[in-house]
Amino acid sequence: MSDTQSHNVAFVRETFLPESAPPSTATGPVKWIKDNLFATWANGLLTVAALYLIFLVLSSTMPWIFAGIWNAESLAACREVLDGVSGACFAVLTERWNQLLFGFTYPTDQYWRPTLAFVLLFVAMAPVLFFDLPRKLLIFTGLYPFLAFWLIWGGTILAPLLALAGVVVGYLVYDRLVKNSFAAGFFGGIVAAFVVWYIGGFLISDTANENAMLQAVPSRDLGGFMLNMMLGITCVSLSVPLGIALALGRQSNLPLIKGICVVFIEFIRGVPLITLLFVANVMLAYFFPPGSGVDLFIRVVIMITIFSAAYIAEVIRGGLAALPKGQYEAGDSLGLDYAQSMRLIILPQALKISIPGIVNIAVGLFKDTTLVSVISMFDIVGMIRGPILASTDWNGVYWELFMFASVLFFVVCYGISQYSQWLERRLATDHR
Amino acid sequence: MKTSVFLGALTVAGIVAGGAAAATMDEVKARGKLNCGVTTGLVGFAAPDSNGNWEGFDVDVCRAVAAAVLGDPQAVEFVPTTGKTRFTALASGEIDMLARNTTWTFSRDVDLKFTFVGVNYYDGQGFMVPKDLGVSSATELDGATVCIQTGTTTELNLADYFRSNNISYEPVPIETNAEAQQQYLAGACDVYTTDASGLAATRATFEAPGDHVLLPEIVSKEPLGPLVRHGDNEWGDVVRWTLNALITAEELGVTSANIADMSAAPGNNPEINRLLGTEGTLGEMLGLSADWAKNAIAAGGNYGEVFEKNIGEATPIGLSRGLNAQWTDGGLLYSPPFR
Repeated sequence: MSDTQSHNVAFVRETFLPESAPPSTATGPVKWIKDNLFATWANGLLTVAALYLIFLVLSSTMPWIFAGIWNAESLAACREVLDGVSGACFAVLTERWNQLLFGFTYPTDQYWRPTLAFVLLFVAMAPVLFFDLPRKLLIFTGLYPFLAFWLIWGGTILAPLLALAGVVVGYLVYDRLVKNSFAAGFFGGIVAAFVVWYIGGFLISDTANENAMLQAVPSRDLGGFMLNMMLGITCVSLSVPLGIALALGRQSNLPLIKGICVVFIEFIRGVPLITLLFVANVMLAYFFPPGSGVDLFIRVVIMITIFSAAYIAEVIRGGLAALPKGQYEAGDSLGLDYAQSMRLIILPQALKISIPGIVNIAVGLFKDTTLVSVISMFDIVGMIRGPILASTDWNGVYWELFMFASVLFFVVCYGISQYSQWLERRLATDHR
Repeated sequence: MKTSVFLGALTVAGIVAGGAAAATMDEVKARGKLNCGVTTGLVGFAAPDSNGNWEGFDVDVCRAVAAAVLGDPQAVEFVPTTGKTRFTALASGEIDMLARNTTWTFSRDVDLKFTFVGVNYYDGQGFMVPKDLGVSSATELDGATVCIQTGTTTELNLADYFRSNNISYEPVPIETNAEAQQQYLAGACDVYTTDASGLAATRATFEAPGDHVLLPEIVSKEPLGPLVRHGDNEWGDVVRWTLNALITAEELGVTSANIADMSAAPGNNPEINRLLGTEGTLGEMLGLSADWAKNAIAAGGNYGEVFEKNIGEATPIGLSRGLNAQWTDGGLLYSPPFR
């Protein structure tokens, strides 16, 4: 059989052809371009149109950016150097660099303090954000708020130490009482902390700030992007726990707690943030005697915090509602009490579901901190709109300044969003 | 009902605040610093420089008052206020005086309970148009699109002016001066209208200021001046007469250059002597030292020097004295005599 066949077939190749690369139209960039950019006539047309649009945008902006002047004393000097050529005047950024970052009244020789606080911020945030890091780093995170307060505001070190002591005493009391009842521990801890602060307030003399190691800087002197960062970080970190408490309170079986939480959330969500800021700045001033009253920074922090806490509460409520009822029942059937089942079963799952929503609100809140410029606080937008654009030297420079501000905000917000995507992948335990 | 209770609470709080701040001068002296409300930034009138030092036309009024009361023009805490926060800041006692290009109007004086101590700049609403529009008078603006800041008195003045002249216009509402500049340059409107000083400052920042003209019509009165709270007349007198001292100094030829000589010994002009404290007891009557006016004038110079340094023709803003010249030169500045 095989013999006859071998005579019938004219030629049989006995060796393999050497492997050769696929034709250039079926691989590499050419294929990619063909598949993705010019798959059909319509796609090809759209690609060309899009490329042309990109070219238009870049050809008008790039020369403007590259012709930019980085060293000049004023807008007029910039224009003199440019001599009719269209170009950016980035000199305003170099000349007002410190003002954009720190505001115009922060003492110049103390800039290292907020800078150091900013660097330490990453150390403090790392164990919270990346939970693979050693847990002992959390001790530093706990100390960081007091350290940062002391670095930025300066003054006597006794004030942050007293605040820390109050928190520690409050925690110890809570730890002792919580075994009997959660409410006793919770309120006992708060009362103990306030008692420590109140008594400690008498121990710190009024003149303690005058010869302190770090020169005291009043809140009014804070400004620039530093103020945005401070407001953003403080308010986000305060509003997440508050939002969780509100979300749980809204699901509570106790009508009083539930009622308070519902009214609070619905009221705050029904009022624009800018109204709350005006209340913080303008209205409260009427109710305190002149020269006293709560610091404006703290008033603003409180207002922004409760505003975003109301939103975060609703996001977390969505996460809680998304959990199957079986999860709650599972907790009950294991004999866990309310606090345990929430901590061990419900919240970890609900929070994981809520991550995109929480991050969304955090990004929005961070950008909303620029609203404080309308109540004459000099955050970065306030600095640009007020002092810098109003100086005789730089009146008329808009694009450069606002581009700079948007770059700063983009870097931070994009970072937050990338972290949250990493976190979602890291926490993904569900079936895929 | 609810509003009236709320307003009642506000009034009570306001009265308490007013009563507590009755002796502003004592407070300022005890504090060692003058809290002076200024704008968050207006070219030529108040803005911090790259080192954070405030400078400008309104700022120099604050410095003069600080020099008169405390003897040190640097003893000022500048409190930046916006158009929305300025009056509450003053009413609540957060600031001792407000020098923030604020127009003196009936309702602000009477209803909001402030005392305007004088006028340091006579402004008025004007119009700016591109030169190639070929317009030389506001009456030729029939059918023009006008960029205007919303919620300001300029908006109302504009409507009044065009209606009384029976010409039509199309408003382009905008929020801030910065936005207005961009809209106007981009050609979104034919005309930009705001206070004449603001127009001049805006035009100075253009790449080609010569391509734009300010029309001769001034359609409103905007007397800008410093103000204090009602109810503390001693403090109001101090601010009023500090401003008058600057104006009188220019009229009498007292400048920051010759003030040291003139105040060293009584000269042969009795009014200068009374002003500078080498004769009479004017300072004592105010509750200040005899050389209060000398300090105030030495802080930034007389009115004319302050004007020229910040907004005058030698600066990029390039305002001419116009109405703000001395009465002897045909302007409106007229200080009561120091006697």
